[in-house]
Amino acid sequence: MSEKYSVIGKNVHRVDGTEKVTGTAKYTFDIVLPNMLYGKILRSPYTSAKIVSIDTSKAEKMEGVYAVVTAKDTIHKKQGIWRRFPELCDEEILCSTKVRYIGDPVAAVAAIDEYTAEEALNLIEVEYEPLPAVYSQLEAIKEDAPQVHDGVELNINVTRHIEWGDVDEAFKECDVIREDHFVCSSQAHMCMETHCAAASYSYDGKLTVWASTQASYYTQVLLAGMLGMREGDIRVIKPPVGGGFGGKFELDSAQFCAALLSKKICRPVRIVLTREEEFTATKRRTPIVYTSRIGAKKDGTILAKEIRGITDGGAYTGMGATALYLTGFFSSFPYKYPNYRYDGYRAYTNTEPTSAMRGFGAPQAVFVGEQQIDLIAKDLGIDPIEIRRINGMVPNYEVPGQAFIQSCGLHQCLDKIDNYIKGRGKLPANRGIGVAAYGFMSGGIFNWFDTPYAFSSAIVKLSIDGKVDLFTGACDIGQGSDTTLSMITAEELGVKLSDIRIHAADTAICPADLGAWGSRETLMNGNACKMAAADAKRQIIEFAAAKMGVNIVHDLDIRDGWIYLADRPERKVSYYDIVREAIRGRDGETIIGRGHYTPHRKGMISPAYSFGVQAVEVDVDPETGKMKLINVVTAHESGTVINPIGITGQLEGAIMMAGGYALCEDQPMDQGKILNPSLADYKVIRSLDMPKTEIIEVDTYEPEGPFGAKEAGEGLTNPTAGAIANAVRNAVGVTITSLPITPEKIFMAMQEKKAKEKKAK
Amino acid sequence: MLKELKLTINGQPYELSIHPRTLLVEVLREQLGLTGTKRGCNEGACGACTVVMNGKSVKSCSVLALSANGAEITTVEGLAKGAELHPLQKAFLDYGAYQCGFCTAGMLMSCKGLLNMFPNPTSDQIRDGIDGNICRCTGYNSIIRAVEAVSRGDYKETK
Repeated sequence: MSEKYSVIGKNVHRVDGTEKVTGTAKYTFDIVLPNMLYGKILRSPYTSAKIVSIDTSKAEKMEGVYAVVTAKDTIHKKQGIWRRFPELCDEEILCSTKVRYIGDPVAAVAAIDEYTAEEALNLIEVEYEPLPAVYSQLEAIKEDAPQVHDGVELNINVTRHIEWGDVDEAFKECDVIREDHFVCSSQAHMCMETHCAAASYSYDGKLTVWASTQASYYTQVLLAGMLGMREGDIRVIKPPVGGGFGGKFELDSAQFCAALLSKKICRPVRIVLTREEEFTATKRRTPIVYTSRIGAKKDGTILAKEIRGITDGGAYTGMGATALYLTGFFSSFPYKYPNYRYDGYRAYTNTEPTSAMRGFGAPQAVFVGEQQIDLIAKDLGIDPIEIRRINGMVPNYEVPGQAFIQSCGLHQCLDKIDNYIKGRGKLPANRGIGVAAYGFMSGGIFNWFDTPYAFSSAIVKLSIDGKVDLFTGACDIGQGSDTTLSMITAEELGVKLSDIRIHAADTAICPADLGAWGSRETLMNGNACKMAAADAKRQIIEFAAAKMGVNIVHDLDIRDGWIYLADRPERKVSYYDIVREAIRGRDGETIIGRGHYTPHRKGMISPAYSFGVQAVEVDVDPETGKMKLINVVTAHESGTVINPIGITGQLEGAIMMAGGYALCEDQPMDQGKILNPSLADYKVIRSLDMPKTEIIEVDTYEPEGPFGAKEAGEGLTNPTAGAIANAVRNAVGVTITSLPITPEKIFMAMQEKKAKEKKAK
Repeated sequence: MLKELKLTINGQPYELSIHPRTLLVEVLREQLGLTGTKRGCNEGACGACTVVMNGKSVKSCSVLALSANGAEITTVEGLAKGAELHPLQKAFLDYGAYQCGFCTAGMLMSCKGLLNMFPNPTSDQIRDGIDGNICRCTGYNSIIRAVEAVSRGDYKETK
C-alpha cells in the first residue's frame, strides 16, 4: 500500500474496450427492433420560404408507407435547451409556416425500409413561397435585412456583455495599443455515427428512445415537452455513441421525428441521418467576427482589453447563446486583465444553425487572443513566452466578478514549453514554432434548463458478492467517462476496477445528469460518484468496525479489497466477506450509497479550470503556401490524472480536430447552401497529415475535483489554431487573421508582403 | 430479379439471394446481422465499413455484393479466435487506439489488410495503410503505436 492510489492514474483498458474492439458494441445505428419501420425526413430546399401547403396524401397511399407526420401532428410547441428563457426556445423542428434554412424539416415518413421511405418523400407536395433571405451575420444586422424570425429586431437573437475594471481609463495609461480584426469560420462535428434514434411507443402510452445523444436526460425532458407527455413516461437509453463533440446534446430531428412517427402508429421507428443531412441539417461550430483592442505598458503588463464578437447564429438559437457568452469569457483567458470589456451579439441568418462544439467558443477566442498577444509582444519587443509569464493567471486568482481559479499550472507549462523551444535551437528557413496558452472550464455552473445550478448525481449498489453497480446519468460518447467514473468509484470504495459495473445514461434507472458537455463529467459527475462510493463505504465500515471491535469507525479504511486498521494495516478483513455478512445480517437489504454534486458559490462559470501551453512547429512551402504540421508539443495540467491513456487520446484527438479547424475544415456556402456536404469534399486531417505529438504533464491538484482531478480533453482543442497562426508568422512573417489558414491565404499574404518590401526599397 | 450469391464470411460459407443493387455492407449488416462493420458515409470516404476480402482491405460500401461472389471475407467478428482476441485487438486495448469505437472495426480491418501485405510495416506505411479510414477521436497516433507493437511481435497470435 505504498502508492498513493490503487486504481486512478494507472494504465487500464477502458470498461467498454473489448466490446468496441470486437465489434459487439451495439450503437443506436445498429438497433433493429421487432416490427421496426425506417424513417426519413423531408427538408426544405429553400433558405427562407413561407409554407403555403403540404399535401401528404400520395405518400400516405404508397405501399410500404405506414405513417407521415408534419407540423399538424405536433402540439405546436417550440423547443430549445435554455427553457428558462422562452424566447430562446425557437425551434419547432417540424416547421409549420416558415422554413429558415436549407435542411429545415417539414415532414417525416415511416416505411418498411429506407428505400421506400425515401421514395415516399418524393410524393409529398410542399408549396413554398420563397422569401428574401440573409446569409451572414454582418448582413443580418443591417436595418433593411430580411427577418429570419418575426419580431426580432435587426435579427439579433442574444446579446452578452461582460465587463470589469475601468477599460476606458486604463487604455489612457497604455504605452502601446493595437486593434485587430479576426474572422473565425465554422466546423462540422463530423461524428462518425451520424445523428440517429430508434423510438418505440407502446400501446400503454410509454415511449422508449435509443438515441445517439450526449445528454439522455435533456432528450427525455425535451421530448416530453414537445410530445405533451410526462417525463416519467419517456425512457431514453444511450447505447455506445459514435462521437458527439457538442453536436448531440440538443433534441434533434432524428429523435423527434422517430418519436412522433412511433407515437402515431405504435410501432418502433428508427431514423439515421445521412452524411449529407449530418453536414447540412444538424448544427455546427459558431463562426464569429471579432474586433479586439488590447493595451499594455512598456514593461509588458497588459492593462486593458476590449473585444467585440458578432456570431453567425444560423436559423435557431440552439446552444448558441452559451457559445456567445463563453467566447467572451474565454477571450480573457488565461491572463489577469485588470480591465476587460466584452460585447457579444448573436445574429440569426438563413443558414444551418450554429451551436456548441468542442471548446464552445473558446477555440475561436484563443485564435484571436493568442495571436494578438504575440502581436503586441512584437510591438513591445518582448519574447512571446515572457509576455505570457508577465500576465498569465496564477493559483487562487479571481476573475473579477466572474470566477475563482484555485489550481493553475500555467506558469509551469510556460516553463516547459520555453525549454522545449530553446532546445530546438535555430530552425531551417520557412520553419516556425508558434505558441498558444489556454485555460478551460471543468463543467458549466450555469444551467438554464431547469434549475439555476448544474447538477450531477450517482448511486452505488453493492451486490452480495461485493460487486458494485454504479448508476450515473453521465454520458460516455467515446471520451471515456464510463471508465473514468468507474475508476473514481473503485478508488474511493477500495475495490478493483473489475468490481465495478457501470450503468449509465438510461433515464429509467439512472439519476439525472446534464450530460457530457462543457467538460463536466470528470469533476461534477466524478464528485457525485465519489460521494456515492463514500456513502456505501461508510456503511460497510460501520459493520466491519463492530465485527473487528475497533474503537472508532474512522480508524478503518478499505483498499484493494481489504478493510484494514488505518494505522495497523496488517490487521485486516476481506471486503468481500464483510459485504456478504453485512447484507446477510441485514436480511438481504442492499447497501446503497448516494452521491450528488452541485457547485454552489463557485462563481458564475465553472468550479475549476485547467491550463496548458501548446507549441506547434510548421513548415511552409514558400512557392505554394502549403503548410505542414511537423510537431505539436503540449504542456498541460488537468489536476490529478485519473486515466492516463484517456488523456493521451484526448490530447491527440484534439490536435486532429483543432488542427483540422485551423487548416482545412470549413463549410463554405453559396447563398446559404453548404458546398461540401460529403466526406469526399469536407477535408479532415487523416493519418498521413497527422503531426507528431508530445505531451508534457504538469502536476497540479484541484481542491474542488475528485481526488484533485479536473477537465482534460475539450480545452485541448483551444490552443491549436492560434499556435499554428503564430507559427506561420514566425516561419514566413505573415499574419493570417481568418480561419481556416489555407495555402491560398498564406501565399497571397506572402505576395503582399513581398510587394510591400519591394515598394519600401 | 433476385440473384444468387455464394461467399465465405469469417470461414462460414453462405448462399444468399439478393437484389443486384445490394452492397456488400448491406449483406453483412442487414442480412447477416454482422453489425460490427459500420457505415459512415456510403461513398468510400470514411473507411468505417472496411472488411478484408481475399486478403485485402476493401470498403464494403463500395463493393456490390454480387461482385464478391466466391470471395473470402473477414469482418471484425472474425478477428478473434474463439475467446482469444487477435493481436491487433489486444494492442488496440493496450494503446487506447479507439475512443467512440465507431471507426474501430474498419480501422482494425485496414490494419489487418496492411499487415497481410507488409508484416513489418514502417511508420509511414502504417499511416498510408489507414489513410482511408477517418478516426474523429484518437488523432491516429495511438493506432500507429498499436500496429507497430503488433508488427514488433509484442503480441503472439494463437495458431
